[in-house]
Amino acid sequence: MSSLDTVYLDNAATTPLRPVAREAVEAVLCDNFGNASGVHSVARAAKTALEEARETVADGLGCRPGEVVFTSGGTESDNLAVKGAAHAARRAGRGETVVTTTIEHKAVLASCDRLESEGFRVRRVGCDTGGVVDLDALSDALDDDTVVVSIMLVNNEVGTVQPLETVADLVAERSPRAVLHTDAVQAVPWVDVEAAAARSQLVSVSAHKFGGPKGVGALVVREGTRLEPLLEGGGQEGDLRSGTHNVAGIVGMAAALRETVAQRPDDTARVGALRDRLAAGLLEAVPRSWSNGDPLRKVAGNCHVGFPGLEVETMLLAFDQDGLCAAAGSACQSGSLDPSYVLLEMGMDRRDALASVRFSLGWSTTPDDVDAALALIPAAVSRLRPARRR
Amino acid sequence: MRVLVAMSGGVDSSVAAAVLRDAGHDVTGVTLKLWGGPSDSGCCSVSDVEDARRVAAQLGVPHYVFNFSDDFESTVVAPYVQAYAGGRTPNPCVECNRSIKFGRLLERADELGFDAVATGHHARVRVSGSRHLLERGLDPGKDQSYVLYMLSQAHLGRLLLPIGEMTKADVRRRAVDLGLRTATKAESMDVCFIRAGQRVDFLDERTAPRPGWVVDADGRRVTRHEGVAAFTIGQRRGLGVALGERRYVVDVDATTSTVTIGERDQLLRDHADLRDPCFVDGPVPPGTEVDVQTRAHGDVVRGVVEAERVRFVVPQPRVAPGQVVAFYEGTRLLGGALAA
Repeated sequence: MSSLDTVYLDNAATTPLRPVAREAVEAVLCDNFGNASGVHSVARAAKTALEEARETVADGLGCRPGEVVFTSGGTESDNLAVKGAAHAARRAGRGETVVTTTIEHKAVLASCDRLESEGFRVRRVGCDTGGVVDLDALSDALDDDTVVVSIMLVNNEVGTVQPLETVADLVAERSPRAVLHTDAVQAVPWVDVEAAAARSQLVSVSAHKFGGPKGVGALVVREGTRLEPLLEGGGQEGDLRSGTHNVAGIVGMAAALRETVAQRPDDTARVGALRDRLAAGLLEAVPRSWSNGDPLRKVAGNCHVGFPGLEVETMLLAFDQDGLCAAAGSACQSGSLDPSYVLLEMGMDRRDALASVRFSLGWSTTPDDVDAALALIPAAVSRLRPARRR
Repeated sequence: MRVLVAMSGGVDSSVAAAVLRDAGHDVTGVTLKLWGGPSDSGCCSVSDVEDARRVAAQLGVPHYVFNFSDDFESTVVAPYVQAYAGGRTPNPCVECNRSIKFGRLLERADELGFDAVATGHHARVRVSGSRHLLERGLDPGKDQSYVLYMLSQAHLGRLLLPIGEMTKADVRRRAVDLGLRTATKAESMDVCFIRAGQRVDFLDERTAPRPGWVVDADGRRVTRHEGVAAFTIGQRRGLGVALGERRYVVDVDATTSTVTIGERDQLLRDHADLRDPCFVDGPVPPGTEVDVQTRAHGDVVRGVVEAERVRFVVPQPRVAPGQVVAFYEGTRLLGGALAA
């Protein structure tokens, strides 16, 4: 871990910058300040860096360079995909129904809410107790009027990998004219996005979830997919995303993605083993604790555990004071925690949802981190218990 | 000591955290998120949390947010609505102190192994032998001991109120010296979960108002009203009547939705009935004459504590049911109760 006295297990929130990404960002910030849209040599240097990065990102995500749209991150990618595709479909008179799930990231859920307020019909499909989208309900929700289907690849809270192949089959069969969008923000470190989202016309990613810098992401827009832009102006990114390019961020993302993809098989095996050891150790050390999410469909970095009778805010504070970073629910703007809507959608009651903690591992997690976590978490939990029993 | 400081984002609790840190305590700040709905200021808006977080960062102490909005709804907001619907006049800050700050927060602090909880209230905890006393704050204009009447020995032994030892001017000066961004922040005055002037609308949204009659002391119908929630015992304005002489609300009967108005004399009572008494250090023996305070910044009057009531030495305007009646001896709070 980067800091000696901190055990960082919140990699689903963000990851430390990979050294290769840092070097790439620094090189641009220091030596390549140009505006990639210009005509002179300084601009050309920036443009070259930008287009090299585009090729790298395309390579990592399994698309053509011309299909990569750089954005400010996962939220923008999701908004552009969902709203942009829906608006384009409405304009073309192809339909006004959007289908998604109840366990998407807020960026997708809120975009769908917005579309609903604009008169679109939105159908939201639930999930099973493991966090896997309900395919029967999805099948029922898809119809001829459906123009956008937005289903994530990996859930951000419980780490469940969604059956996207089946989803794509259903969409092809029941809503052949619909655009399939996949929020792959949480998937990149662990899942071969190129294969898993091959049939999604739109794919969102965010750099800081895989060792890149914050404030940069991408949306794969496969050729022939119609989108309306959110931001208009200079017409960058094929008119889909105006604004001077964040060249440093984009180059940093590309470097991080290249390394992530190259190391993914090894990282998944290594971190998966660490996660298994952490989860087994916690479940063994804390009586009546339980694991959330489908164990067979979970990404390698996700360990989601419930501690009976405890409250997550108390636990996170105690862990933090012991130097361990974890998370739960969805932190809102004020920093307070509401019970995770994903856990509630999975059928968990409020009390158990508020007793559950997400420990998320990442590329930088070491065996020492897991040793420390296994020493610290059960001790903190047992220290918290007596007071609650009074 | 390891101290958990409740930081609202206001200047008092900001300085409380600073004072305790400078006294060598191991300070952790926490802001309570209590309300998700619209409000003007509240203890729980995002900007207040941000102020608290920035102050904690300036002081170099960790800061967290506890979301007690479920508890706040069930122990403060819902009873507040119920009380008005029942013709009473609740004090939600008191219920928040009772259930949230000195209930849930203290419980969490215990669970986490903190030695004490601190707030920015203007009141003083004194140690006397093995007992703890609660005294009015040093700044008489800012004293808040009245809204702390429910504190007992079990609370006071783990409670620090550093601001009670300072005047408001001291507090602001200290905040300026420390460069705290909350130094010049205005004080919150109103109920934190309701926008200024919107109380009746808020209540109407949550309970269907029942129209009824405003009647005079002889029971004659004077005018219609939209619901008893708009009326409080002693209220003079907004009665919807123009009678030449001043009229006051002298009674509110929620069961028949009847509001009785009358002259000031008709408000006077020689006693107030009480319920749910609390005492700082054991019950005040019946027959004891004490100072009685019936409003947050009201004057004290003399009264004799009796079983389930206090008898005033000189008749006083009726205390609205639900309001706090606090007992003092000099600057020392003895306890209190709710007017029945």
